Amino acid sequence: MEERIYLDHAAAMPVHPGVIRFGRQFLEEFAGNPSTIYQEGLQAQAAVAGAREKVAALVGAKDPPSIIFTSGATESNNIAIRGTALRNAGKEKRVVVSAIEHISVLNPAKDLQKGGFTLTQVPVDHYGVLDLDALGAAVTPRTVVTSVHYANNEIGTIEPIREVAEIVHDRGGYLHVDATDAAGRIPIDVERDGIDLLTLSSNQLGGPTGTGALYIRPGVRVQPVLVGGGQERGLRPGTENVVGIACMGEAARLAGKEMPEEMRRLSAIRDRLITGITGIEDTYLTGHPRERLPHHASFRFPRIEGESIQLAMNMLGIAVATGSACTSMTLEASHVLLAIGLAHDEAHGSMVATLGRGNTLDQVPRVVNAARETVKRLRAITPL
Amino acid sequence: MADQIGYSQKVMEHFMNPHNVGVIENPDGYGKVGNPVCGDLMEIFIRVRENVIEDIRFRTFGCGSAIATSSMVTDLAKGKTLEEALQITRDDVATELEGLPPRKMHCSNLAADALHAAIRDYQEKEKKA
Repeated sequence: MEERIYLDHAAAMPVHPGVIRFGRQFLEEFAGNPSTIYQEGLQAQAAVAGAREKVAALVGAKDPPSIIFTSGATESNNIAIRGTALRNAGKEKRVVVSAIEHISVLNPAKDLQKGGFTLTQVPVDHYGVLDLDALGAAVTPRTVVTSVHYANNEIGTIEPIREVAEIVHDRGGYLHVDATDAAGRIPIDVERDGIDLLTLSSNQLGGPTGTGALYIRPGVRVQPVLVGGGQERGLRPGTENVVGIACMGEAARLAGKEMPEEMRRLSAIRDRLITGITGIEDTYLTGHPRERLPHHASFRFPRIEGESIQLAMNMLGIAVATGSACTSMTLEASHVLLAIGLAHDEAHGSMVATLGRGNTLDQVPRVVNAARETVKRLRAITPL
Repeated sequence: MADQIGYSQKVMEHFMNPHNVGVIENPDGYGKVGNPVCGDLMEIFIRVRENVIEDIRFRTFGCGSAIATSSMVTDLAKGKTLEEALQITRDDVATELEGLPPRKMHCSNLAADALHAAIRDYQEKEKKA
């Protein structure tokens, strides 16, 4: 049996070995409840504070208390969108998002719409780059919060966040950026980039699942989504997931430290993969050819369907993602692929490879051959 | 079971090595169901001799269950009389495949429909002849 090749790091990342060592030691040494003032509690408090500093450092946040810990990116996005919109809305209530945001941004925004907000979804070009003119027209002085992700998880395109921030701030609103797929992969600096709220996921940094973070620029008022105790400045009540938070901090530190080398290493693998797979007949890259995440390669294969591609690749020992409707919970075509201008039938045949620590250049020929074999086999069956 | 999204081994066998793939030139009956916009499109070709499905071929665009159900329905129909073949249901196909994930039962289990369409096409032609 050939060694498995895992290429779906955007779905789930193996925990970094350094985080595993750190977490094991942390679990062995008991940490109490951070809301208590005896020694065990103070140790837990120190662990959470240490993690806050490490996460703040990864994204250039000067003030560590500007980071709050959550249960993951979905919760961070919910607090950022709903909490900011509801807390700051005046009589005219407006929210703006890009059309290719993650569902955990789109759905809170649509929920606000039901509650009387005007929601505008700003279109992107065929590479997935936000239309800045359309953004300029959509964001008004009444827009409370604008949400644009740092980079897209299905097509890898990196958005022009600094330009977006200028437009948003010119109108006086707040900018929320979902950096789930970009953080730890490319340098992010909330000061340089002009970001008011930033979503992070522990797992996407190499930490365990079940923890996330939200950066909130000092001075930005946000109301809680979940109410209870006063933990995390009242924005995330409930006893802290201390071990998850501590591990997320360590993952952030390691991701920051290893980023320059991993960017260089992974982008070389990515480029080899893109060259190889786009060499297959009638196969196209999706997303931007240059402004894309260093670990992200995404493709579409006309006339065949994505779930079939995923299943066939799996049988050949390779785990990849697809934006196919057939693999989604809703059975709807990918809103991202439709937004970049693909027709419904074109949006079915996508394949996404996201790289991580375990991937090497040596694996590329096997992946390319598997893709070629799969495409050939499925096209031999297709009536299209 | 409601959580199941993976496929049975039987589905994977038919997906990886589908039976009766291809076209029949000048078929006695032809059925096509689905729509590429929805992500599933199947066509079935039949050759009929003395009321029996002597040969059957398919081509499918779609997900794993779309391909596996197409392959299975051709196996089930081959050698059957038209009346017998018309009795083959979507549920029969799913059962023979050792089950399908619940959310695949409706959207990607159209193969029996394609078979019935091919048989009706044959019967229409026979009426006119």
